[in-house]
Order: sequence, then structure tokens, then C-alpha cells
Amino acid sequence: MTQSAPQEAPIEREEMEFDVVVVGGGPAGLSAAIRLRQLNPELSVCLLEKGSEIGAHIVSGAVIEPRSLAELFPDWQQRGAPLDTKVSEEKLLFLTEKRFFPIPAHHLLMPQMDNQGNYVISLGDLCRWLGEQAEALGVEIYPGFAGRHLHIENGRVCGIVTGDMGVARDGTQKPEFTPGMILRGKQVILAEGARGSLSEHAIRHFNLRSHCDPQTYGLGIKEIWEIPKERHHPGFIQHSFGWPLDDQTYGGAFLYHFGENLVSYGFVTGLDYRNPWLSPFEEMQRTKLHPAFSHHFKGGRRISYGARALSEGGFQSLPQLSFPGGVLTGDSAGFLNMPKIKGTHTAMKSGMLAAEAILEALQCERNEAVSYLARVKTSWLWPELYEARNIRPAFARWGNKAGALYSGIDSFIFRGKAPWTLHYSHSDNETLLPAAQCKAPSYPKADGTLTFDRTSSVFLSNLSHEEDQPVHLRVQSQTLWEEVNARRFASPESRYCPAGVYDGERDADGNWSLTINSQNCVHCKSCDIKDPLQNIRWVPPEGGSGPNYSSGM
Amino acid sequence: MTALVLIETEGGQLRQAARSAVTAARSFGDVDALVIGEGAEAASHLEGVRKVLHVTNLNHALAEPVAALLAQLASQYSHILAAASATGKNILPRLAGLLDVQPISDVIAIRDDATFVRPIYAGNALATVQSRDAIRILTVRGSSFDPAKDGNTAAPIETITAPDDSKNVRFIRVELSQSDRPELEAARIVISGGKGLKDAANFDRLLAPIADKLGAAIGASRAAVDAGFAPNEMQVGQTGKVVAPDLYIAAGLSGAIQHLAGMKDSRVIVAINLDPEAPIFKVADYGIIGDLFEVLPALEKAL
Amino acid sequence: MTMKILVPVKRVLDYNIKPRVAADGNGVDTQGAKMSMNPFDEIALEEAVRLREKGSASEVVAVSIGPQAAQDVLRTAMAMGADRAILVKTDQLLEPLAVAKILKIIIEREQPGLISMGKQAIDDDMNATGQMLAAMLSWPQATFASKVTVADNCAEVIREIDGGTEVISVPLPAVITADLRLNEPRYASLPNIMKARKKPLETIEADSLGVDLTPHLTILKVEEPSERKAGVIVKDIEELVSKLKTEAKVLP
Repeated sequence: MTQSAPQEAPIEREEMEFDVVVVGGGPAGLSAAIRLRQLNPELSVCLLEKGSEIGAHIVSGAVIEPRSLAELFPDWQQRGAPLDTKVSEEKLLFLTEKRFFPIPAHHLLMPQMDNQGNYVISLGDLCRWLGEQAEALGVEIYPGFAGRHLHIENGRVCGIVTGDMGVARDGTQKPEFTPGMILRGKQVILAEGARGSLSEHAIRHFNLRSHCDPQTYGLGIKEIWEIPKERHHPGFIQHSFGWPLDDQTYGGAFLYHFGENLVSYGFVTGLDYRNPWLSPFEEMQRTKLHPAFSHHFKGGRRISYGARALSEGGFQSLPQLSFPGGVLTGDSAGFLNMPKIKGTHTAMKSGMLAAEAILEALQCERNEAVSYLARVKTSWLWPELYEARNIRPAFARWGNKAGALYSGIDSFIFRGKAPWTLHYSHSDNETLLPAAQCKAPSYPKADGTLTFDRTSSVFLSNLSHEEDQPVHLRVQSQTLWEEVNARRFASPESRYCPAGVYDGERDADGNWSLTINSQNCVHCKSCDIKDPLQNIRWVPPEGGSGPNYSSGM
Repeated sequence: MTALVLIETEGGQLRQAARSAVTAARSFGDVDALVIGEGAEAASHLEGVRKVLHVTNLNHALAEPVAALLAQLASQYSHILAAASATGKNILPRLAGLLDVQPISDVIAIRDDATFVRPIYAGNALATVQSRDAIRILTVRGSSFDPAKDGNTAAPIETITAPDDSKNVRFIRVELSQSDRPELEAARIVISGGKGLKDAANFDRLLAPIADKLGAAIGASRAAVDAGFAPNEMQVGQTGKVVAPDLYIAAGLSGAIQHLAGMKDSRVIVAINLDPEAPIFKVADYGIIGDLFEVLPALEKAL
Repeated sequence: MTMKILVPVKRVLDYNIKPRVAADGNGVDTQGAKMSMNPFDEIALEEAVRLREKGSASEVVAVSIGPQAAQDVLRTAMAMGADRAILVKTDQLLEPLAVAKILKIIIEREQPGLISMGKQAIDDDMNATGQMLAAMLSWPQATFASKVTVADNCAEVIREIDGGTEVISVPLPAVITADLRLNEPRYASLPNIMKARKKPLETIEADSLGVDLTPHLTILKVEEPSERKAGVIVKDIEELVSKLKTEAKVLP
């Protein structure tokens, strides 16, 4: 029985068969595809990417640990992998409104924050490079196509269906209508990043979260600046916590000097925040005005802007990793190591391990790559995530100051081996307090030099979005939105969306209306995560839509 | 140095852009004018024109014979120019192909005999280029050079014959649009409305008569499209159409960045808005602060 | 009919990407940015494919001149319907003049009956290659086409001209350059992209063609246009109209 696309009229679809279908061209998916072809060059491997090219939808800090890359390509340096800026100087700052306090010897207190031997990179560029390596190994890469549905037959995933192209806003078919196709795979690797739409479908369908904590997410918003050469310190990295967030809100800023006079600046806000008035975008903007950050941008120009949700839950939030016909990898599973502020090496490793498990399943003609979990457990990935497991929940539980104190104790005294495990009690969509009980932060107006508004920011994401297509951000019930989002929380999506997609307005008579500027969407997935009643559903728009992040992101 | 300008005419009258091309050509020295069919008399009165070459055996400026003729004349000139119009851009690059010259299109400024400024990437950047060719072939933007005026004297008119080199191309007919509005992206004038027009009926009632009088295309802000005042294909902006007409009239739209991205390269921007703080005034060359429902009808009357 | 149509396609900075002038002022920064087929070339290709589908042509050949990466746009061209592709490989940035010279050699070899190409590339906006190519081949040209009908070894073309359209008839072989309204190009569908991987793509080194590729233009500087400044507030419509006529000269 076919269960794909139940709500749509039957459309004749072309089919193609592969041994393995990979959904998502990020570090996890590309590493998995590469590993598969390295181990068995006979396998047909197809990789889909919803961005217009590999790298188009990649946003990350990024400081990376080259460990997994070295396992995938021991000769990565000779091959010219774009890891060019070694971390040279590192600062961790606690901010108050006007001042900052460096945390001395923080890497001794929190060994996961030691960045010796790590590199500041553009993850988009690394993915472009991995894409070239994958193609050279014979992986078929198809950018510009989104996986729209899982193709489930007889209780197992046996492929995916790509999105239809050329559907009008009202759902009718335009002259250039092109139906999506069925890509059959003996195994499907889901590597969509945090909150992938097919991954979430698989998690629901196969009940993969029955034995773990809810996933908790952060929203990362990032800018790339080009600054004068004489002010550029390649390899300088800085992280901050404290101001401007209150003690109950997890998050902080990062700033990395890298590449050719580039500065990567960004801000991560835990999406378990409580105050519905909070705007992660504005927090990010105003932190640039702080003396610990402002001088880094002097004489520079902002050249790029992007945002993406990331999985912060870690060890406790890992779902079951395999299911009949497929696996979850990278941030789709939640392999990011939050205390380390790194997810690339773990995503790559999970992809490689998944590939090895899948190869075994294919050889034994097994439905499910069951050895994936065992391979994760016996690799360095498991202890790494295990030792970091109590830190993020401690912040969620006790706030930032006590959380930081706990982290020091957990890391420094127990070395991550404390005989207890802290748990997450809530999903991010359950944490908001009623708007009436909270105070709205007062954010400064954009000055157009250092700080900007959302529209001019999204302008730098190089968005492409065919206007005449169905809205891909679906508010299931308008009534629920008005009763809960609007009246109880004063339309929080108007503030958390980093791209200004949502515009909830109250007129003079007190009636609320919601405008959805879906063409602004940068595919961060925050609305799908944070919407209080999970009334907003993010589905992939027409393939190739969304941001086109350039080199440097 | 002497420049030759291919003059475009319409019904015996000189096109404005041709006058601008003459002005541009005068920065190189003497100017001769080449006129196909009607209009030689008008061209002879242009200030700065030394002589008019009147081609009498062609009625339409088809590229093949005109380029062949220009190629015959080329050795006498240092520069050959035309307006950066459909005709100029049809013919001059063909001439360049005949002469092994790299033509330079859409010149907006002349730095010296060999150095020119032209927009690239749809006006997102300006390139200053220097030509190494012995003969420089340029099309120039009318909006960047003042149109040459008529002088007091008349230049001599010399009749010449174009070579019979039509390559058997047949001209069938020309259809100049009268009432049909031009495409947004191609229009010389665009009038756009925003939420200030309050509803779809007003949108049409107030903008259409002005657009008809000016031969303008009608655009809309995203807010106006979202409110259902205008169909989506009329949206001007970052995600809609990007336009750069000679004249852009923004009526009752605030000027959100996303809209500005779609029209900021217009040569002249007029803003009409009740709110003096509206950001559109920051980019407008001319602004009127006032009620659309009074200003727009008055504008229509004044045209 | 056994006519071959040749479609030159250029790899350019994707039209969704905001061009950014490079810090050194030598050009526009395209490093690592998404590149795509020039949109006007997509239209020209679509037209060629439609002519083949209508039976007016038998084969569509796409040609691109550029770096190795330009083979991506050729793959796209084949996914959209071109039967085969030729990459003339060079890492040099070429002017339209050099491009026309290379195309001329390819055309002499391929003997197509029609060249369908975009009226201009959205990077240098020169709008010249088609016309120069026609001149070099001593072929007729029909630029800025918004409708093309092929019959009796002639193409009847509706051309976009200032303020309207013009209809001309050109004998084949000819060069036709595509304008925006000519058609709405189809998507390169996934099945077709997959099939396009198996279509033939020939690579020729540009240096092997014996063409002088020396630039005739030197780019001295590339800069961002100056930001717009606020103008004046006029008091009434009379003043506005008079200023538009006499000062801005945008109204007659």
C-alpha cells in the first residue's frame, strides 16, 4: 500500500531506483554519501538538496574540529579542503550591559571549549567542497529538489517523493507544471538538519521519540562582515554569554575572524525562551553595539545574512536512529554538541557511521540498518555526547549563572561522568509565558551602519522564491492562531522569525490579522518548532526556493 | 577627431535619445549625422552637426544594410555612436562585428576619447572601460546626456546610397502600441500604488488614467498586492519585478526596503504620500506630501 | 525538417544573487557565489526546443564558452531539452567580440540552420554577441524576438522595439536573439536532469581554435553606483510637472 501524499489527487510520477537515497546536502548527508561510495563504488547513491546548489542553505558559525574530516579523507589537506584559518586566539566573555569580563582559563574549566587545533571555516564552502568530492566518487547530486514525502510501502520507507514544480498559489497546476518523482532507495538517509520535515515525519510514523527527552532547539542568526585588512586578526574567536539575555534565556554571541578579511558574527538563542516579547533578531543586532563586539565591525560592511535552527538537546534527546528503510543522521537526529558549540564533526561522523551500518544492512538484505546505534555507541561520538549531556539541561533548569556554575562542576570535577543525568521537561513550544505577564525588552532602532532591520537583512540572503506557489508555511487553524498566538502571546512569530515572514497586526477594534510573507522565508524552521500549539507547519516550498547563501556563510 | 551619429527619427521628427547621442558625440570633436529616410532636414538644424548624410534608398533602419553602409563610412571617423535604443543596439554591434571592434553599450559617461563608464549587472555596478580599438563604437543612454538643441544654422545635407546588402531580410510591418500599457520592466514610465489607495477600485480609478496619459506601466507595492488591490505580476520589489524606468511615480506607498530594491535604479523618482516621514521620500527626487485622492486627480489633469 | 539549431548559453552570476563589487575594485565578486544559465539564454533554448518539438528542427545543440564549471549550465541545457552540448573551455574572461569569433568557428563546423541566443547576458549587459556573430557570418539577424515562426526556410520574427513591435522575415540561416516575452522556459525536471547526464558533452580547448582572444577593452575600475539622495519636496502639482519637464526632462 502506498501512503505517500495521501491528501493530493493521484499524479502519475516517474520513478528511479537507487541503492541509497540521501536527503540533504549538509555535512551529514555528504559524509554518508561519500562513505558509501568509498566502501562500495558499485552502490548507486543519489543525494537531494532543496537549496539551489550545495551550500545554498548552509548556515553555521563555524569553528570545526577536523577529526571526522580526517577520518573521511586522511589526505584532506592535500585535497585542498577549505580549512584555511586555524584558531589563534580565543576569548570567552561574560557580558553585563556596559562591561565585559573574560573568563580566565575557561578551557581548563570546560575542556570542551578548548579550540586548539580547530579551524574557523565557512561550512557552506566546506559542503561545496565535500559535494565536489562526492561527485568525483560517483554520487549523483541533485540540488534544487526538495524531498516532499516519504514513500512508505508495507510499513517501511522505500524512497522519497520530490516536490511538484509549477503549482499555483491556489493549488492549481500552471502550464509549466512538473510532477515530483519517486526516488526509490533500498535505504533512505535523512540528513535534513534540525527539524527536517521528512525526518519529523519518520519520527512520528515510527514513533522514534518514545524513549528519549523532547528535542530542544536554538535559533542561530548570523552575519558575514568584510572588514579592513589592518583590523583583521585571522583565527581570533570570541564567545559571550550574559547580557543582553536575562538569566532564564539560554544563548550568546559568537564572533570569528577568518578567511580574506571576513568576520563571522552570530547569536544563538535557546528556543525554550519564555518571554513572548523576545526577538532573537533584535538581541543579535543589539549585541553588536556592546563594547566587547562593536569595534570588530569598524570600517566594515555587512555582506551576508542568514539564520537556521539547531538541535541543542544532545544525548538525552537522541531519538531511535534507525527505522525500517532508513536512518536519521546529523542534526536531524540531534548530534550537535551544544557545550562545545559544534555539530559539524558529529554530523559527519554520524553520517559515516550510518553509511557503514547501511552497507551491512544491504549486504545482509535487512530492512533496517540496526547496527547504526551500536556503531555510534562504540565510536568516540557516544562518550563525547554523554560527557556533555548535563550542561544544556542545567541551563534550562537553573538559569544561566547557576547553569554555568554547574557546568564548571560537571565538567571540571566530574569530567562529564557525574552519576546522574539531567532531563528536559518541556518542548520548546510549551515554554512561553502569557504576554501580559512579561515585559517587552526595549530594542534600539536600527542605525543602518552597525545594526539593521529585518527586511534589509533578508535582502542579503539572496532569496529566490517563485511567488505563485502555495504558501509553504501552513497555519492549520486561523481561529487557534487568533485565540492563542495573538490573544495570549501577542503574536510571538512576528518577533522570533528572523526573516520577517510573520506580521501579526491588531487593529483599532482589537481584531488580529496575520500576514505571511512566505517569500521571505530563510528556511530556519523556528516557526515549526516554537509555535505554541504546533499550529504552524513548515513544508518545503518548490525546490530551489529559499536563500542562496554565498561563499563565506 | 570626427564622430558619426546614427540618428533615429519617428515620423520625420528626431527622437529625444538621438539628440542626446549628438551631445555625447560632440565631446569628441566634429559630428556628422546619418539619417535613414525622413528627418534629414530636422537633423541639419541640430546644434553641433557639421553635415548630414541622408540615406535615401532605405525606408527602415534594418540592421543589415545600415551596418554595411556604416562600415563603408567608418574609416573617416574616430567614433560611431547611436542611442542605446532598440535600433542602436540592433545595428551598432553588427557594425562592430564587421569591423572587428568591441562595441561599448549603454555608455553613461565619457571620461576621454577612449574611456567610458557603463552600468553592468543591471546597474548594480558601474564599469569604467578603456577601448583599444581605432574606431570606437558606442551606444549611449539618453538619460545621461542632455538632448542637443536646434541651432541657428543648417548643416549641409549630403545624399548617400546604402549598399544593396539586405541579406533578403524583409520588413513586414511595425506596430506601435497606443493604448496598451507597456510591460513593467520595459516601460519608460512606471506609476506604482501602495496601501494608501485603500482598495482595488481606487487603485484602478486613480492610477489608470495617469498611466494611460503617460504611456506608463502600473506597478504595486507588496502591501498593495497582499491586500488584493493589484495582481501579483504587478508587484515591484525585491521579490517582484525590478524596474529602472526614466520616471517612477510612487503613490501611497511607504518605501519598504524590499520595494526600494525593485525601483531604486529609476532615473527620476516621484513620491506622493501623506506621511512626511515615509522612507520613500529619502530616495525620491521630487516629493509631494498630500492626500492621494486630491493629488492624483490633479496630476492627471495637469498632464 | 533536418535543421540543426545552435544555442549559445552563458554561465553567469545567478539572478537572485545581489552583485557585490569586489573590495579591490576590479570587478564583481563571484567567488563561491551561485552561478546559473543566463536567463535570456534559457528563453532562447526553450524556443529552440519548442521548434524541434513542432518539427521545425531536428536537433538542438547547446554551446558554452567558459571554465570547466560551465558544463553545469550545459547539463541544465540538456535537461531542458538540448540534444547535446559543446563546452569551449577557457579560464579567460572573454569579451563578446571574442565569444562571437569562437562561435563562428563552432558554427562553421556544425553548420546549423539557426542560432537562437539570448539578447544579452545579465552580467556585462553588453547586448552585442548575437549581432556581431551575424555580421561575422554574413547572416541576417532578428534581435529582441518576442515571437518566432519558422516556415519555408524563413523565420518570421516579431521584434521588441521602442514603443511597440516590428515584424520582419529573415531567410535562414540566421541569428535570432531572444527577448523576455518570447516564452516561459520550462523547468529542468529531475527525471530530465538524470537523463541529461547521459547525453553527449564534448569539450574543446578554446586555445586550440586559433582565435585571437586578446581583449579590446581594459576594465579600469568597477564601482558601486552612488546611493540615491533625497531630493526636494515640491509644493503642488504644477511645480512637479514643470520640474519633470524642464529639470528632469522625463516628460515632453
